Amino acid sequence: MKLGLLIDLDTCVGCHGCATACKQWNTSGTIGPLSDSNPYGKDPDGAWLNRIRTYEVGDAPGSKTVHFPMSCLHCENADCVTVCPTGASYKREEDGIVLVDQDKCMGCNLCAWACPYGARELDRDQGVMKKCTLCVDRIYDQNLPEEERQPACVLTCPTSSRLFGDFDDPQSEVSIKARERGGRDLMPELGYEPTNKYLPPREKATVEMFEVDSSGDGFSLKGWVNKMIAR
Amino acid sequence: MTESARIASDLPAFENHSEQEVKFTTCYMCACRCGIKVTVENGQVRFIQGNRNHPVNKGVLCGKGNAGIMKQNSPAKLSRPLLRKPGSERGSGEFVEISWDKALDMLSERLAHIRATEPRKLAFFTGRDQMQALTGLWASQFGTYNWAAHGGFCSVNMAAAGLYTTGHSFWEFGEPDWDNTKYFMMWGVAEDHASNPIKIGLEKIKRRGAKFVAVNPVRTGYQAIADEWVAIKPGTDGLFALAMVHVLLKHRLIDEEFLVRYTNAPQLIIQAPGGAEHGLILRTEEGEPAVWDQGSENYASACDPNVSPALVGEYQTPDGRTVKTAMTLILEKYSDLQYSPENAAGICGIAAEDIERFALEMAQVAFKETIRIDTEWTDWAGRTHDHFIGRPVSMHAMRGISAHSNGFQTCRALHLLQALLGTIDCPGGHLAKPPYPKHIPPHIKPARTCAPNTPLESPPLGFPTCPEDLLIDDNGNPLRIDKAYSWDAPMASHGMMHMVIRNAVHADPYSIDTLMLFMANMAWNSSMNTAETMSMLREKDDSGEYKIPFIVSCDAFHSETVNFSDLVLPDTTYLERYDTISMLDRPISEPHAACDAIRHPILNPDRDVRSWQEVLIELAGRLELPLFIDDTGRRRYKDYKDFIVNYEKSPGIGFLAGWRGENGDQHLVGAPNPNQWEAYIQNESFFEFKLGDNQRFLRHANLDYLQFAKEAGWVGSTDQIVIELYSETLQTFRLAGEGVYDGPTPNTDAQAERLVTYFDPLPFFYKPLEQQQQDESQYPFYAINQRPMHMYHSWDSQNAWLRQITSQNYMYINRQQAIELGIDDLGWAWVESHNGRIRVQVKYMEAVEKNTVWTWNAIGKLAGAWGLSKDANESQQGFLMNHLISESLPQQKSITNSDPITGQAAWYDLKVNIRPAPAEEQGSWPEFDEVNALPQQQSSPESISYATHNNVNLSRSNRDILTRGGSR
Repeated sequence: MKLGLLIDLDTCVGCHGCATACKQWNTSGTIGPLSDSNPYGKDPDGAWLNRIRTYEVGDAPGSKTVHFPMSCLHCENADCVTVCPTGASYKREEDGIVLVDQDKCMGCNLCAWACPYGARELDRDQGVMKKCTLCVDRIYDQNLPEEERQPACVLTCPTSSRLFGDFDDPQSEVSIKARERGGRDLMPELGYEPTNKYLPPREKATVEMFEVDSSGDGFSLKGWVNKMIAR
Repeated sequence: MTESARIASDLPAFENHSEQEVKFTTCYMCACRCGIKVTVENGQVRFIQGNRNHPVNKGVLCGKGNAGIMKQNSPAKLSRPLLRKPGSERGSGEFVEISWDKALDMLSERLAHIRATEPRKLAFFTGRDQMQALTGLWASQFGTYNWAAHGGFCSVNMAAAGLYTTGHSFWEFGEPDWDNTKYFMMWGVAEDHASNPIKIGLEKIKRRGAKFVAVNPVRTGYQAIADEWVAIKPGTDGLFALAMVHVLLKHRLIDEEFLVRYTNAPQLIIQAPGGAEHGLILRTEEGEPAVWDQGSENYASACDPNVSPALVGEYQTPDGRTVKTAMTLILEKYSDLQYSPENAAGICGIAAEDIERFALEMAQVAFKETIRIDTEWTDWAGRTHDHFIGRPVSMHAMRGISAHSNGFQTCRALHLLQALLGTIDCPGGHLAKPPYPKHIPPHIKPARTCAPNTPLESPPLGFPTCPEDLLIDDNGNPLRIDKAYSWDAPMASHGMMHMVIRNAVHADPYSIDTLMLFMANMAWNSSMNTAETMSMLREKDDSGEYKIPFIVSCDAFHSETVNFSDLVLPDTTYLERYDTISMLDRPISEPHAACDAIRHPILNPDRDVRSWQEVLIELAGRLELPLFIDDTGRRRYKDYKDFIVNYEKSPGIGFLAGWRGENGDQHLVGAPNPNQWEAYIQNESFFEFKLGDNQRFLRHANLDYLQFAKEAGWVGSTDQIVIELYSETLQTFRLAGEGVYDGPTPNTDAQAERLVTYFDPLPFFYKPLEQQQQDESQYPFYAINQRPMHMYHSWDSQNAWLRQITSQNYMYINRQQAIELGIDDLGWAWVESHNGRIRVQVKYMEAVEKNTVWTWNAIGKLAGAWGLSKDANESQQGFLMNHLISESLPQQKSITNSDPITGQAAWYDLKVNIRPAPAEEQGSWPEFDEVNALPQQQSSPESISYATHNNVNLSRSNRDILTRGGSR
């Protein structure tokens, strides 16, 4: 299997629901806790596995406003894995999830430097690297109702902008949607072959105008003929 | 065995489910009220997720809802009742802890005295709570009309315009038919109201390929995914809407059947300028509105189903009066070139061709892409039909329309646009949510008298229809402390909380004894003119007494208002209390289902706190408020739970509509069920009653629905709810302004002029009041606020996770404008209005209307409040725009800066200038004294590593390392 996320940039409104869902699930999850420094002080900062970056592209009037959720892309050629000196960072054979063994990680931060997507965050309190697990502790949990065996970010997304599935299976929903809507790799030129795909915005919807003649004499009371309409 | 199951068998048990408990309740991170499923472990919250079965959120949850753990764990939680330290100054934040017994003794003694002498000396105002059915009932039993919630500065323009026009409204009382609409226009909406339903809906329409047009000076979250963004100038939406009306009328692209059958457009209006009858509806001998029947060629009752009314026409009555149909007046009014796209273009900042195009696009969808839903239904007159026609154009509007002083008429303009297109409560249009629609307006009049030890004769808030309904004394002076329902704001149906502190301190119209606040941050972000408000709260009279003698606040957290209180009652969090989200209050219904919900304790409080619900029931018992005691004078209700089960508003109708009847087998109406709470808890804490297919559309004229709604107690009669495009109520007030009304008329020319000018029975556009009274060249920029989606309602800006997303707000400005003004990106600047100045940090932005600056509201905090350290970004770099906004008009200091019809706080009307600050001036200004720590307040942690159990690590085997190493 090649598990990953399909993220729809056509409908993401940047609500941060996926980010906080991820934070609350994973802080008590297999990779938890996700510590927060200065949570009530100056410049609060903590370890997050998923962040939304909102920015403007281009100058007005042609600019675009983009909400861009970013988490580990679970690359096929993951440099974060190859640079790891302790073997803590690895990509699972069975499903392609890239993980960090919390007990083997020494917090050297090399993997975070190797990741061109900025998807790994060092937990300064715990001294270990944190990253998206695709909620490995949810998706295989046979004690959860089947429909809830999904990453927390996918379960929560109010605009259904996140889908989870097996990109190896051409009939999976993520594969079909990625094909139909032109799912894109992020920075493919780097050669990391990310598993997660992004759906580009759809073509803008358009509507015809009601065809009218230029005269438009609706204001003329004299010309008005009342229809017989029963109350 | 599936591949997943095979992989699962190799994994450790990450979660110990036997130690976990799953409970369902209702979110309260904002006013959206989504269903949540909470997993609890070791007395802590493991996970909060959306409830898949819940009608509001259908399983999803937003950024706030997912951060509930950090609300529960906030160090700003209050622990014990607090009394301002005797001898200390109000606002100095010096408190002593007292017991609940002492706090309640003190408060009930004071309240009993007020009630026995002059009950209106208690002003009881609540914030963004959703328990107004209880607080309103309590106030009316206490006998004070000085009660309201925060609607006066939030959304009353939206709600009142709807309830005086269509019988429902945007947001809480209605929503777009997301499943069927093909064209959606979103007006304003500063990332708020509502949270998840809008997000779910937008995705649905985008998936279907429906067109989404966003009208907003700023492009952020929702607008970013719109098919078109219309960067309108703030406060000009009414003109944009009416210019589209102009286009539709010009080309006669209107739904004549809808107008004749469902609106008062064919009703006849008396034309006698200067006379007492001018603009009133011609009535039959029976008092019913008259129309001109084309069949009999005579006058007839509009209530007679057998007539075919003329939509347009002018007639002479036998007694010589001239009458015109309301539609004729509509045609005459909007044909005027002031409503032409060409004229609107300059004022709104939208090209004339675009205005015309939007109108014609909507007409195309309404009339050429009509939907038909085949269902048999019965209309108001008992005639059966075999289908509904849908005109799939829908709209939503909220902040940005509501918070302008022309917002009521703007919102009426939107409803006029909807009605002309025939898109009200039809498939694909804007749908009502039960218990709405109601008759227009709802038949509740505000209570007008307060007497010692006597309940009010009606609720404190209601819907006036004539000057006799106003709360004014024989001399025309306001009776309410906030001056709601006075000549300054005759139709202030949510009250005017934003004026309470100012009026009480100025003894205008009188002074009060006690101000009781619940969940309202009136000493900070919920007031206009915050710096001045803080001074007013400290103001003393000549004898050294505070001008507001006693301030009580109930809050769960250490807010800025707690700091200014004399008595503080610590509330529970939303995960710790019993609560109802009632249909008697602000419903959570969906268009096709009547819904209500509860909260119940998921966690036990670890502090000496009580829910405000419990405290109100306790106080009601102590004060022996009549409804709360039995015939022998003993308490009728043991506690809040008992009250909810047994209180009946009318026989069979209580706060909760589900599982009524002794056995819990009756819904909507039924005797009290002693096990009702248990039934709700078993059913995931919500109740959903789905309407039949025949009851889902055109409910204003749908007998199948109206009969059902009457039985449920939602409406008083099954009469058709006729949409009031022409408002006789507004005209009645205008006649009072003209001095020809046979009843109360205003005292001053200024009051009269406001009535004559603004109480137009047909929607119109006018420049916001504040902008009329100042030199706009001095203040060239519009200045508005939004709430970020992840902090909408902002109760949780102290939330440790959410503040990592936003801990500082900036003043966003159009990049090109900033460069011309010499203001650097991230530089500091002075922003000045007629009311004062602030220093802010600026951020450049592309997608903002070029004459508009804006910021995220309520991010700025007072140093030391909310459990934040004194150097937190919120107080050092964050700021409030509120300081710039006056609660009075620039040239009429005694008149509220509010919508002249509804009293809605006009905090979106602000105009400012902006200039770079000298390099040495950095940090936000004004600066205030830091808030002191509360007694026994522990310092907030320097780090958090939250987890409900030790993590179960997924170990990588040595074999895997040795065989695969660093390769994948």
